[in-house]
This record gives sequence, structure tokens and C-alpha cells, in this order.
Amino acid sequence: MNAWLVAIGSSALVLGVAMTIVAYMTWLERKVAARMQNRIGPYEVGAPHGWLQPLADIAKLLVKEDITPRAADVLLFNLGPVLVVVPALVGFAFVPVAAGVAPVDHPYSFLFFTAFASLTLLGIFAAGWSSNNKYALLSALRLVAMVASYEIPMIVALLVPALLAGSFRLTDLVEAQRGLWFAAYPLIGQASFGIFLLCALAEGNKSPLDLLEAESELVAAYNVEYSGIKFALFYAGEYAHTLAICALGATVFLGGYLGPALLPGVVWLIAKTVALFVVVLWIRWSLMRMRIDQALRLNWLVLLPASLASLLAAAWWVARG
Amino acid sequence: MGVPAVSEIATTVVEREFGELALNMGPQHPSTHGVLRLVLHLSGETVVRAVPSIGYLHRGVEKLAEHLAYDQLPPVFERDDYLAPTANSHGFVIAAEALGKIEVPRRARWLRAWVAEWQRVASHLVWLGTLGLDLGGALGGGTTLYMYCFREREKILDLMESLTGTRFHTNFNMIGGARYDLDAATAARSQALAAEIGAALPSLAAMSGETPIFRERTRGVGVIPRELALSIGVTGPVLRGSGVAFDVRRAAPYDAYGELDFEVPVRAACDAEARFQVRMDEIAQSLALVRRIGDGLPSGPIFSRKPLKNPKATKLPAGEAYAAVESPRGELGFHIVSEGGPKPYRLKINAPSFRNLQVVPHVLPGGLVADVVAILGSLDPVMGDVDR
Repeated sequence: MNAWLVAIGSSALVLGVAMTIVAYMTWLERKVAARMQNRIGPYEVGAPHGWLQPLADIAKLLVKEDITPRAADVLLFNLGPVLVVVPALVGFAFVPVAAGVAPVDHPYSFLFFTAFASLTLLGIFAAGWSSNNKYALLSALRLVAMVASYEIPMIVALLVPALLAGSFRLTDLVEAQRGLWFAAYPLIGQASFGIFLLCALAEGNKSPLDLLEAESELVAAYNVEYSGIKFALFYAGEYAHTLAICALGATVFLGGYLGPALLPGVVWLIAKTVALFVVVLWIRWSLMRMRIDQALRLNWLVLLPASLASLLAAAWWVARG
Repeated sequence: MGVPAVSEIATTVVEREFGELALNMGPQHPSTHGVLRLVLHLSGETVVRAVPSIGYLHRGVEKLAEHLAYDQLPPVFERDDYLAPTANSHGFVIAAEALGKIEVPRRARWLRAWVAEWQRVASHLVWLGTLGLDLGGALGGGTTLYMYCFREREKILDLMESLTGTRFHTNFNMIGGARYDLDAATAARSQALAAEIGAALPSLAAMSGETPIFRERTRGVGVIPRELALSIGVTGPVLRGSGVAFDVRRAAPYDAYGELDFEVPVRAACDAEARFQVRMDEIAQSLALVRRIGDGLPSGPIFSRKPLKNPKATKLPAGEAYAAVESPRGELGFHIVSEGGPKPYRLKINAPSFRNLQVVPHVLPGGLVADVVAILGSLDPVMGDVDR
């Protein structure tokens, strides 16, 4: 009985913290984008710099009419947003917050994390397919062609830190970086981190690789038929997914909770995650979108060979001792 | 391509008859520059056939013109090409003056050219911003480029406000002259602004044409060979991007352009990138022209006749006349048929956006859906100008 209470309590805590951070990431993104574009961004809702804006957005989306198209596949249509948001949030449960402490500390937590991060794509595909809308369908096709193929170099690049640490347990991965962050390893670290970051843009659906959403071509693509709370779930899911990938990057490449002892480890973890998120935003708000064939060429001809080469180099490095 | 058959634009029929996915792009779509509707016949993401369907913004301006006095018409036409309002009234007053053989004072002719060149810069800045939106999306680098383009354009609108009191639909051109005179302070401001925007151009280019993704998205995309361009009759930067050095300002000089020295930018690559470069060069050329006009602006009156007591009093003799200006989108011509009196018998607008849009069924097939928006952005159609 007690164990159940602890489990429910801790997951409520993780959910609450994660969702609050996700909500404020939307505010952060709007502020960063505004700064890049010579604007101010949210300002009116909440006294210093519109800090209540996320709450206003949530309230607005909750009271909007929830529409299900008559021709939609109702089961998949309703399942889509849930499938996007839940795996993205589950991912946070594996992130270690202090030495040997993670909400879920499993010998293969690293693999679980990446697996859950990829699961959100299933939700997007369900949404794109079930909407019975041609733009959404094209988005679903792009998902199959592109984002699924970006998974491969991403996983291979992520194997480099796992190889260097000799473990799939995220807490071990962080501890192995006590001397040197994996991103700081000469060449192999930087190459795999760079590949990871590029693939994260594709996974998180951010420009220049936001071909799934591509609103200037496919309008709003997979979420074109969604409104109200279901759209809000997509919105939250997208941010949670991006943030989860940034948390993963911060954990396996940037030393996770490690940092000078003047601040607790969890603060360092959040700081690194948010910093990585801002880098993603910086790229997103600077670059134009690639075309599907160019994105695929980049993946298969550049990222995949480069990730395999860095994996081989890492294997050589480990074998040499 | 003639008028599209119903079977080509009714999506269910297309899918049954051709076995292709028919995608309705527009009339409500973020990247069709207004209410253009394209029926794309798709095989996967590749465009097999593209059928434009226009008329969603038809307002019957030409018919309306038959019921309004000549002096009432410039502000109506300024709503046609709503990104370059003064270019429309400019074309109309030149045609009316040609029909009525009305003399225009030299200062007014220079002032009109000055406004026209500022209008070209303002219009091209909107084009660059929206091309950014097409290529980069509203949730990406496109918006960033858009915002910086609009920051510069805003200064031009402010300048127009200090000249005319109106920011956009200035109603500056009138038959027989110009409505507002340029004072010394505004003239000095114009010179400073031309230098300021000229200094901002490299950063706009750095955000667009100099980035590898932008280059990849536009190079070799939407190729309009010289022969196709000539046979369809595309005009303006689209024609000059296909290697034809035709510019109305040079071919049939009007207003001050006969006395002014300027270059006509031409590129031979025929693709979207060439059209991009032509327009970027034109911005620089127009800024140089604005400064040259500001330096050499003659003094004198700005209106040839005595002030009219009745603002609808202009009467034109029977006959017909055609005159065109080089609007930011190309040759914008007005054909006026008059039976005498204060109203035209018939008025026809030769709209550059309409001519440029006719190339769409020829260049879209073979490309991807993403190329469609890049090509449309490089054609820069304004639907108010297409449908009128």
C-alpha cells in the first residue's frame, strides 16, 4: 500500500514538475524568438514580462471547442495526442537527478529513454493517418520517410557515450563523465554530440528539419484537424519531447547533474537542459526549412556514415584502453 | 493551358479519373500569397500537374471604373496591387495623361519617380519577408527574416506618412501632377533612410541568399527558360531573371526615368535564385535612384492646372490610350477607352501578377510540394492584382 502511495506521489511530482517546466518552455521560446526578431514577446499577461502567459494559453486551449471530423478514425484520432504526450513525459522518469538517484533506475534506462522518446512518433503517425486529411496524410508519409530514418544516426551517435561508459544505465553514464564530459572527448565526442543535436532537431520537429509540421507547405500538417484540448496535448507533447531529448543530451553528453557543488545536482541538470533547449531554439529561429529529399540525403549520406565512423572510433578508443 | 476544365479542379473527379492524389492548395493556405487556389495532382509528394484556379478576390474593379470619374479612380486602383499601391495609381494617371495630352510639371514627374522607387523597395521588402515565410515557415527562421524586412519597410511607410499624411494608400499620384510636395526635412530624411536601408541590405542577404539551405531550396528550382518566359509573356523581375533585359522604365521611359541613370539587373539562370538576385539588386538600384532623385530634384510647381474646384472635374477627350509603368511586379499597363466626358467607357488593366502567374502550370510539375511554395514566392504574385 505504502509503495503504491510513494509511486503515485513521485510520479505526480515528476509530472507536475515536468509539465510546469514544459509550460514555461513555451514562454521561454516566445521570449527567445522575440529577442532574435527584434520584438518583445509576451508582456501583457502577468507583471514582469508576461509570466502568466502559459497559464492563459492553457486556459484558452481548454475552453476551445473540441472538434472530431466526421470522416476521422475516432479511436486513433483520440489516441494520437495521448500517444505523443505520455511517452515524452515517461522519458523524464529515467533522468538521474543526483549520484545514483533517478526516479526509475534501471540497468537499461538509457535504452528505455530512447525507446520512449521514439514512441511519440507513433502518436504523430496515428494523428496524421486518422485525421482523414490530405495534408495530415502527407505529414504522416514524411514521418515514415524522414523522422524514422533520423532515428538511426541518433541511436548510433548515442551509443558512443554508452560505449565509452561501458553501461546502459544512465546513472553510470553520468558518473563516467566525472573526469571529462563525453561532449568534450576529442573528435568522437563532438562528432556524436553534433549528430545527436541535428537528429534532435528532426525528432523534435524543429526548423530546419521541421518537415512534419511544415506549416508553409502542409498548413499545420498532422495536427491540422485538431483543436482545443487535443491540440493542447500535441503542443505540450512537442515541447515535452524536445525537452526530454535535451535532457537526454545534457545527461549523456554534458555530464547531467555534475557540476560545482555550490548548487544541487538537479539545478545543474535543469540548467544544462534549458541551455541545450535554447541552442535548439537558436537554430530553429535562424534557419530556413530543408526540402524532404535534401533532408533525406543529409541523413543517409552524411549523418549515418559519420555516426558509424564515430562509433567505430569510440570502439577503437575503448579497445585501446 | 486554357481555362481549367471542371474535371481538373474538382478533387474527387481528379482522383477518380487520373488516379492521383488531388491536393487543394488554397484559397486558404498560408503560402499562396492571398487567395490563390492551386489544385495539385500529386504522385507521392511530386507534383504531376498543377491547375491554378483564380478569381477568389475578383472585385470588378474594371467595371467599377466605368462608373467613377477619372479623378476618383486612383484611390480605387491603389487597392489592386496592395503591396505597391502607388504603382497602380501611377500607371493609371500616366495613361490618362497620355489620352488627355496633359502636361506634367518636371518636379511632379521627378517626385512620382521618387515615390515609385520607394514603393519598389517597400514592395520588395515584403516579397523577401514572405519568401522567407514560404521557405522557412512561420515557426522557423522565416519569421526572423520577415521581421527584419518589415522593420525596414516600416521606415518607408513612416517616410510616406510624413510626405502625405497616409502610410500606405497614399493617393499620391493624380492626373496632371502630384498631390503632395516634398519639403526639405522629408527630403533629407529620405536621403538618410536610403543610406540606412542600404546598410541593412547585407544583413538581410546574410539571412536569406547567403545561407546554404536557402540556396539549396532556390537554385535550379522553378526554371523558366527564356523562350517560355517570352512566349507566356511574364514580366518584371521574373522576365529579367530569365535573361531578358526588359524594363518599362528603360523601354518606354515615363516621368523622370528618361533623365535618370540606372541599371537594369538581369540574371540568366532562369531559376528561383535568379529571380531572388534580380529583386535584391533592384532594391539596391532603387535606393541609388532615390538618392539621385533627391539630389537632382528640380524646383517648380507640382500640378499643371489651376486647382480644381470640383474634385471630379477632369474630362478626357474621346479616343483610347495605353500606358504602362514598371511596377515592382513588372509591366503594369492601363488601357483607357473614352467617349469623352468624366468617365471611361472601358478600362482594362494589364496586371503583371496575372501574367506571371500563368507560368505556374508549366514550372510546378516535376517538383515537390515544398518547391511549389518556393516557386510561388519567387514569382511574387499579389492576388489583388491578379483578380482585380
